[in-house]
Parts: sequence; C-alpha cells; structure tokens
Amino acid sequence: MAKSKSAYSEPVKAGKIDHHIIVVWVDNEAGVLARVAGLFSGRGYNIESLAVAEVDKKKHISRITIVTTGSPEVIEQIKLQLKKLIPVHKVADFKRNDKEILFRELALFKVLGNSKKQEKAKKICKKFNPVFLERTKKSFVLQVTALRRDIDKLALDLKPLGLISTSRTGAVAMTRGAKTFS
Amino acid sequence: MPKLLSGAQIVFQALIDQKVEHIFGYPGGAVLPIYDELKNHKTIKHILARHEQGAGHAAEGYARSSGKPGVMLVTSGPGATNAVTALTDAYMDSVPLVCISGQVPTHLIGTDAFQECDTTGITRPCTKHNWLVKDVNKLAETMHLAFEVATTGRPGPVLIDIPKDIQFKKGKYKFVKNKLKKKLNGKVINKVSNNELDIFIDMIKKSKRPIFYTGGGIINSGPEASKLLRELVSLTGFPITSTLQGLGAYPGDDPQFLGMLGMHGTFEANNAMHDCDLMINIGARFDDRITGKVDEFSPNSKKIHVDIDPSSIGKNIKVDLAIVSDVSNLLKALLKRFKEKNKNFLDSNKEKTSQWWSQISKWREKKSLNFINSDKVIKPQHAVQRLYELTKNKDTFITTEVGQHQMWAAQHYKFDKPNRWMTSGGLGTMGYGLPAAVGVQIAHPEKLVIDIAGEASVLMTMQEMSTAVQYRLPIKIFILNNEYMGMVRQWQELLHEKNYSESYTAALPDFVKLAESYGCVGIRAKTPSELDAKINEMINIDKPVIFDCVVDKAENCFPMIPSGKPHNQMILGPEEEEEISDEGKVLV
Repeated sequence: MAKSKSAYSEPVKAGKIDHHIIVVWVDNEAGVLARVAGLFSGRGYNIESLAVAEVDKKKHISRITIVTTGSPEVIEQIKLQLKKLIPVHKVADFKRNDKEILFRELALFKVLGNSKKQEKAKKICKKFNPVFLERTKKSFVLQVTALRRDIDKLALDLKPLGLISTSRTGAVAMTRGAKTFS
Repeated sequence: MPKLLSGAQIVFQALIDQKVEHIFGYPGGAVLPIYDELKNHKTIKHILARHEQGAGHAAEGYARSSGKPGVMLVTSGPGATNAVTALTDAYMDSVPLVCISGQVPTHLIGTDAFQECDTTGITRPCTKHNWLVKDVNKLAETMHLAFEVATTGRPGPVLIDIPKDIQFKKGKYKFVKNKLKKKLNGKVINKVSNNELDIFIDMIKKSKRPIFYTGGGIINSGPEASKLLRELVSLTGFPITSTLQGLGAYPGDDPQFLGMLGMHGTFEANNAMHDCDLMINIGARFDDRITGKVDEFSPNSKKIHVDIDPSSIGKNIKVDLAIVSDVSNLLKALLKRFKEKNKNFLDSNKEKTSQWWSQISKWREKKSLNFINSDKVIKPQHAVQRLYELTKNKDTFITTEVGQHQMWAAQHYKFDKPNRWMTSGGLGTMGYGLPAAVGVQIAHPEKLVIDIAGEASVLMTMQEMSTAVQYRLPIKIFILNNEYMGMVRQWQELLHEKNYSESYTAALPDFVKLAESYGCVGIRAKTPSELDAKINEMINIDKPVIFDCVVDKAENCFPMIPSGKPHNQMILGPEEEEEISDEGKVLV
C-alpha cells in the first residue's frame, strides 16, 4: 500500500512562511473566542500566541491579537475567513518585522534567590523595564515587557539564578505615530 | 406597554413575520412548550419527520426547490446531534436553513442534565452563526437576525438554542429588520465598478478560446440570474459548462452547453477547461472535484471569478480578475455595459472562436457519456436516460443520494430550469435524497418529485417513507439497485486491486415488500424491455412509490478523472482503465 498522505488533492507548493500578527475586533459575547480559535484549529492554521481583552466597555468590543505563521495565501484566507464571522468587526494584519508597528509581551519571572541575586537579575533585565512585584529574603517576582525572542533569552539567562516559574502573555500590538489600525 | 408573550409565542410570532409556512421537526422534552404553542398558529404547518437528520434534509430540499429558507425544529441532546449532518450538508452547499433547538433549562446547563449537550459548541463549525438565548427579551431579535444571517450573502445554516425555561418566560416581541446590514459594513457587498466591468468585457473580447464555468451561486442568486446567464451566453456565443450544483441554470440540451465538468464530467467540458485561454467562473468555488490536480489546472488561461463570498476567491486557484458580487447584480451590470458598447459582438466574434468550436466538436465526437447498452440487464445509465425521456415534459424535480447513481443522474438527466435539481455535493451525504424529496414535495405539492437513489444510500434514511405516507406526498424513489455501494466498489476496482472490502450488501430488504409495509407502492423492473412501462406506471401512481430498478452490478461511472490527474487525462471507459499511479491511489 502507498504511504498515507493528505487526503485531498496533492499539496501545492506553498509560498514563503512568515510570522504575522492578526488583530481582530469582536463583540465581546459568549463563545466569540471559541469561534475565532475554532476557525484556526478547524482549518489547520497555527496560533503561536493569543491575547484578548475587552477594550471598549460601552460597546463591548474586545481586541484579539493573534500571532500566527503561514504562507501569503494562508494569511489571506485567515483574514477573509475571520471577516465572515458575525461578531467580527474588523481585521488588521501585518508582518512581525513591520517597522511601523510596536509589539510587546509581558512576562513574570519567579526566582529563588537572595538580594544579591535580585540585583543581578535586575541587571540582566535592565533593557526591558524590570519591576519587582514582590521581594522576600528568599525569592522575588520580576516583571518585564519585551519582544518574544528577548523574553525567551531572559528566561535562559535567569535559569542559573534560580528561575522556577515563568508566566507570559501573548503579544499585543499598536501602530506608531498618530495612525490607528484600519 | 406592549403585550408580553411567552418565549414559545415569540418563536411563532417571529416565524409568522418571516412568512414561514412549513417547519420540519421532531418533538422532545426540551421543545415541548414550542410544540404546545403549535396548535394556535394555523398558518404554520409542521411536518413530522422520523429522524432529525431527515427533518434537516427535508428542510434543505424545501429551501433549494423554493428559494425560501428551510426551518427545522428539534429537541436538545440527541435531537441536536442528529441535526448536525443536515446542518453541515447545508453549510457545504450554501443552503439557507434555520434550526431551532430546545435546550435544558438555564439553571441545568453545564450539569450533564438529561438530554443535555453543548449544542452551540457542537454546531459552531457547521453553521454560519449560532445563538444560545438566555434572555427571553433577546429572543425576538435573535430569531430575526438568524433569518437574516441564513439568507444574506452566501446562504447557509444557523441555529438558535432555546432553553426550556426561556420558552415559558414572558418577554417583549419586536420585529426588527435589517440589523445585520448596518453592522456588516460592506460585508454584504459592494457595487461592481465600471472599471471592473470594462476589464471583464475586454477579456471577453480578446479571448479566442473562452469558456463559462458556472456553479450553484447562480441558482442561489434566484431565477433571474439564470435568465441573465442565458442572455450572456447567447450574446457571446461562448461554450458553457456547469458544476454539479449549477445544473439547471443553463438548459442541459442547448448546443452551447458542454455538460457537467469535473471528476465525472464530459470529455469536452474538461478538455475545454484545460485548453481554454479565458475561464469565466460565475458562482462556483474551484472545488477539488472540479480542479483535479491544482498545479496543472487550466495552465494557460486568464481566469475571472465572480463569487459572493470573498473567502472563496484565491482559496484554491489564483485568478486574474476577482469580483465579489451577487451573480444577478453582476450579470445585470455586465450585460448593460456590454450591450452599450458592443452591438454586434456575436457576429464579429464568430470567426475568432470558430477554431475553438471545431476543436470542441472533435472532443464531442468521443461521445464520452456513451456506454455499452444491453438487452438482457438494465444498464443504470439507460435507466436514467429512460426516466429523463419519460418525465422531461413534466417540470420534474430530481433529488439524489450520493454515489454512482448521483453522477449518472447528473450526466444523463438534462435540466432546463434552476431549482429542479437537489443533490448533496459538498458533504456528499448518503441518505440525503429521500428526505430532500419530502421537502421538495411539500414546497411543490402538484409537481412530480423523483429521488434517483442507490440502494445503499436510501437505506440510511428509509424511515422517512413513513413521513411521505403520513402527509400523502407522492414522491418517487427510483433505486438503481446494484447491491453494491457502487462508487466504493468502483474505486476498489480501479485503485485497490479489486479488493471489494465491505462494499457489498449481503442482506438487502425486498424493496417492493418494504414499500408495501410502509403503505406505499412497490414496483420492480428487472429487464430493459419492461422498463418504460414500469416507469410510466410509477409516474401515474398518485402515492409514494419505491421503484426497485435492478441494474448491472459491475457497471462503472465514466468518464472519470482519477484523483491527482489533470483535466486532459481522463479515463473514458473500461477499455482505458490503465494503471493508476501510487500517488493517485492515496487521494480521495
């Protein structure tokens, strides 16, 4: 028997895979996140990170920021499919290396260590707005805001100091200058 | 202060305001308050199915043959899960369907209550949208929005899940129209610009080897779209081919019509698609059964794609001109613009496309739908041809199940009007045709409705014969009985070394006796010589009929593009069943 392959038609050569950040404005109603996430899983798209919260209390609009990877064709489909969902108002998309866009992720690191190590840790993180949320004699919680790859690196660097727990958000994004996403 | 209505009353008031006349359903604990209210609304007739899937397909048949949304009513839990196949079918084939489901009372949701399931969770990926109504004052608004979502843009199914306590509670009723349009801001779409039309017309004028490739979008756009299409095709003199779902939009016996295209399409249609220099896709979606091997799909053509759904454009095939529009709107604008500027297009163009037409004639000479007839056994193609000849003057409505019989029906039954052909294309649901015929007959009580069926498919929803008898629906179930799941058997023969694994049904019922036990009429035809007389007998019976047409067991459906092959590499008949490559075998 021939080996198992994708069931439908032969896979077409895909275009270059790129990281994209997709921002979706939705009505904050029951099940809306499941609709968006289900669309991704159901159609075989990838979610690298996801951040969501209500941004307009009056109109109950939530803003979902999704980091995904895909060929240009796949990214185009993601946008078109998202726009078909009834609670979706608008969709913006840009590449991760887009200079006009600001991204940030927030991370909390819990490290076991004395005050000496605390100072050391702060130094390692100094470029990324380190804030001690809690300091005890034996442990501390440090908050940083940075890009994904920087946080990856910080986690590695903090490991030898006694990092025992990491919690991080998905990326959020904002345009530079006076413009907003349209 | 306006009068307060119970949730159940609100449901019916909304149905009345949406001009609903028929609902297909099955009662159960969690929808009893709605069923209780039924007696107070004489304008709405409820059709009791024998299974919720049957109710769903009946609603689909009703919708597709009438152009109105189909409505179904089911209970919670198993009622809702049984409806899933019909909802998915409607989603794939763009059929407007409104499903109302009962749910356990609000305070029991999440407790694994009796007949509870996460209905909105289960149906989320197979509906355009769904709602769990937790506030009776939002019920009216939700009902009307549901109808709007189902029928706007690319049509499709929606579901409203109503907990039992909400059906009892009193709330306000208000009929709000067109809520969606404001919110969709541009999603519904969008006037076609003159610039786009001019590019379109320019491409038409430059083409030497054009072809129209049309689909279900024309049917969904309404009968007007079919008229406009016919006008455009005759104005240009171009050849036209249609997908399975588009059959009937253009007359099947017209000389410009090349027949259906795709996996079991005609030799001329598929070769013309492969060799054309201009492909005009109107309301079709480049489905994998149409394109075959995507990289080798019509390699040298410019492509125009008209579709109401923006996500259909560029999904499978890149096109040169994409227009997001309702088909009628586009055709109207295009024809107007075309006629203003090109008074004598047809005459001036005849010469340009004459070589193309002579090439098409050569392909036609292959007569790819031919088969070797027999005077001993009934060939299934012959049976469909005879059925067509004996019913073509009657404005007949045809539904089908899924498999070989479906393809033979598509190939040999020539439709000349839209909304006369109801078949499960996208999902390929065996068991679709019988309940769909029930729905069609409800919508068209005086018309002849025939389900061209296979014996395996029809057994999946056979219980709906009981529905047909109850409502005196004289549907005709025309079974091409070869005792095999024919299409499965065909693939096993061609692709799996004739290992007929589990595709033979060893213990079939006696369909004539089965018909009698349901209280309808059974007819059996075994030889070609008795076929015509028996078909005529069937047509003349004013009751549901099961027609057991015993056909050749080994017949295969040709022509065929094996999976993974381009359009110009068709198998035409048994003598050409060459070795199919290993890569071809793994494809569905």
